[in-house]
Amino acid sequence: MSLAVEELAVRFGGVAALADVSFEVEPGRITSMIGPNGAGKTTAFNVITGFLRPIRGRVLYEGEPLTGLRPFQVAERGIVRTFQKTNVFPLITVFDNVMIGLHLRERAGLLAILLGHRRVREEEATLASLADEILAFVGLSHRRNEAASALPYGEQRLLELAIALAAQPRLLLLDEPASGMNPAEKTTVMGLIRRIREQGVTILLVEHDMRLVMGISDQVIVLHHGRVIARGTPSEIQGDPQVIRAYLGGR
Amino acid sequence: MRRIRLGVLGLLLVTAPAWVWNPYYVHILIMAGIFAILALSLNLLLGYTGQLSLGHAAFFGIGAYTSALLALRLHWPAWAGFMAAIVLAGIAGYGVGKVSLKLRGAYFVLVTISFAGVIYLVSVNWMELTNGPLGLPGVPPLEITILGLVDLSFRSKASYYYVVLTVASAAYLICHRLVHSRIGRAFVALRENEALAESVGINGTRYLVLAAVVSAAMAGAAGSLYAHYTRFVSPEVFLFSYTVTMVIMVVAGGKGTLAGPVVGAVLFTALPEALREATSWQWQMLLYGIFLILTVFFLPKGMVPTLETWLRERRASP
Repeated sequence: MSLAVEELAVRFGGVAALADVSFEVEPGRITSMIGPNGAGKTTAFNVITGFLRPIRGRVLYEGEPLTGLRPFQVAERGIVRTFQKTNVFPLITVFDNVMIGLHLRERAGLLAILLGHRRVREEEATLASLADEILAFVGLSHRRNEAASALPYGEQRLLELAIALAAQPRLLLLDEPASGMNPAEKTTVMGLIRRIREQGVTILLVEHDMRLVMGISDQVIVLHHGRVIARGTPSEIQGDPQVIRAYLGGR
Repeated sequence: MRRIRLGVLGLLLVTAPAWVWNPYYVHILIMAGIFAILALSLNLLLGYTGQLSLGHAAFFGIGAYTSALLALRLHWPAWAGFMAAIVLAGIAGYGVGKVSLKLRGAYFVLVTISFAGVIYLVSVNWMELTNGPLGLPGVPPLEITILGLVDLSFRSKASYYYVVLTVASAAYLICHRLVHSRIGRAFVALRENEALAESVGINGTRYLVLAAVVSAAMAGAAGSLYAHYTRFVSPEVFLFSYTVTMVIMVVAGGKGTLAGPVVGAVLFTALPEALREATSWQWQMLLYGIFLILTVFFLPKGMVPTLETWLRERRASP
């Protein structure tokens, strides 16, 4: 098992954002988490990646507990996320954004940097070509030297994906990667997510676009009011009466 | 082209004492150099990590007092005092950073202000050590003995100019290398978007504390140079006005650029002196203020970034 979430509970004041959530993510597959707004999807992401402490329960990654680690420590273990709201480094170039994402692959120490060691320059050159490869992968090479904030919305979302990929994830958590995109951009993102999975990266996806979710997921988890109400393959979920009720209301 | 420009600039700086005939102007150049080191050090924090230190004069003062006290009380050679000033200011930066940078932002501003205030009070009241408000006169000039054979004395203004030029160049080089490395990128990442920076594995607190240590150590070096140059240290080195001057230099020159703080330092060291010659004292601070307001109003990003944008646009549309 890649990621295991066990009996997670989070409260904001009197509201139970997550009541008792357990699920598993299988390695090398695309797992999607769906549910109406406020179901607790982003809260689950925040707990897994160390941005939020649960009041109960724990998260295991390859058998090791993640609960209690800080976000950068979670990233060091190969778990990288994107954010629901667009999140880039706005005032610097697209290329520099990706270079920051490469942080964990860099080895140069303070002394070597201050002394201007040759190895540091070589590492810089290697990383720069790596950053260009990643930009080409998401299709942003033509924007390389523009400020991230100058990009149209859809491309900023692609840049977020590029930054996350630069951090070399083994488990990638994508929080609504296609929200606000037009249909053509959504198709591009779907293709990218598939290609990332083919490279052996496990993916946990939160997404509202059902066509996208049902199109690429191997497994779907449905959250409602902070609880898991269903899990299964896309076709199983589509026929689940409880899920239909959660989305359409009624009893 | 770039190399030629750098070469010309280097030649001008190296030959300056030869064609700057007036020792008063050499004095201004020396002070500009010391302030350039301070502005570069503040810029590492303010310009790159986005954290504002409003107590930067404390690190400058710690450097100055360390050098002065080690020379006067323990008769350490000046170069050893210089090294000690850097180390001690760096340790102070580590302490302040460790206490406040977990919370960052406004807390860092407050802790740095308080730290400078406390250090100032200590320097005024600890008579036995610091001689209180009377200060420490008679700090020996910078003299270096190489292998017990060659004695180098930096008593003259021209020779001290070269010492300051060397240290300022080293400070610039350190900033340049840091900024263009993974460390500098981590600084900028934390300034631009801390949550995203952490999510790609950047340890925020660690890098901010590192920035505070390097910044404080550089300010300490400037303090040591100042002590051996003016040969006198008093609690005034901790004054808030020093910090304000540094912030003005960084912001007006262009924070988050390498050349900005240096340009700011030279300009805002020379400007009060020029105004003093040109007008009476009533007009001096008024004109200084007006100049500052105009700069911030018309060049909100600072001089260097505005110039860079202008040059780029001119090249793009000939």
